[in-house]
Amino acid sequence: MKAAVLVFPGINRERDMARALRLVSGREPAMVWHAETALPPGTDLVVVPGGFSYGDYLRCGAIAARSPVMDAVRAFAADGGLVLGVCNGFQILCESGLLPGVLMRNARLKFICHDVHLRVERSDTPFTRGYNAGQVIRVPVAHGEGNYAADEDTIRRLEGDGRVLYRYCSATGEIGDMHNINGAAQSIAGIVNEGGNVLGMMPHPENHVEDIMGRTDGRGLFAGLVAHLDKAA
Amino acid sequence: MRGRNGLFKYVVQMKARVTVTLKSGILDPQGKAIEGALRSLGVDGIASVRQGKVFDIELPDVDRAKAEATLREAADKLLANTVIENYRVEVVS
Repeated sequence: MKAAVLVFPGINRERDMARALRLVSGREPAMVWHAETALPPGTDLVVVPGGFSYGDYLRCGAIAARSPVMDAVRAFAADGGLVLGVCNGFQILCESGLLPGVLMRNARLKFICHDVHLRVERSDTPFTRGYNAGQVIRVPVAHGEGNYAADEDTIRRLEGDGRVLYRYCSATGEIGDMHNINGAAQSIAGIVNEGGNVLGMMPHPENHVEDIMGRTDGRGLFAGLVAHLDKAA
Repeated sequence: MRGRNGLFKYVVQMKARVTVTLKSGILDPQGKAIEGALRSLGVDGIASVRQGKVFDIELPDVDRAKAEATLREAADKLLANTVIENYRVEVVS
């Protein structure tokens, strides 16, 4: 795996992400500054980490989505390259047009910072092959704007094409308003694009990858990506 | 002309305003919270509140049509997320 982690002013989860990638893949990811116009040669995974790019000015992710490096990421994704956006990274991918919809203010207006349960909806994708379909994992969230919204057609298409990969749920995997922490449409925590090669998710799998963190539920996502890329190589 | 910092210094000729509002049907939790706060303050007679953004912009153009085209480009490319927001462009003076 040759991962590239994008770095924008105001991002603060890039080192957690780099650590998780290093731990699971055994390789040091490249850190790529937002002003770059090209990705390092041989990049096979682009990661847009979490944080508060540009202080969330204007709209979350709006300014980062229009930075020079994102043109390179769009070309990389159009070519089938794997892109993972977490939290602010998800917001940036939506604002950049790589994913449909938008992340709105949490329905109950609170910044939510605690562990949540996610149901893995399918296991036959590069982003979920480290898990079983229906498996419940526990990872943290930390966001004020994670309330996924899109027009009815888009939601219907996402559901019809099986593009919702992660959903907020109870500890035993039930979906419902009670477990839908931020009011997201269809309890959506993570979706992929039409090509299935771009994932955006609000929760932070990179923060549950070592025993010292209390849990290792997030490892499966990275291990799955490593397995997918090793097989492709 | 160039200013001391090497950037172009425009002579402001025109003032404009871009107003960005949420499309109808998009839930606005912030507007709802403000609505509730007004009610608890005893401000009666308000049916609903929707929150938006206003951008006051200065332009060097004297050509109104050209200025409006620039403002629309700015709104489409950055100021508004047209998935959820509408915008209105007006030249003020």
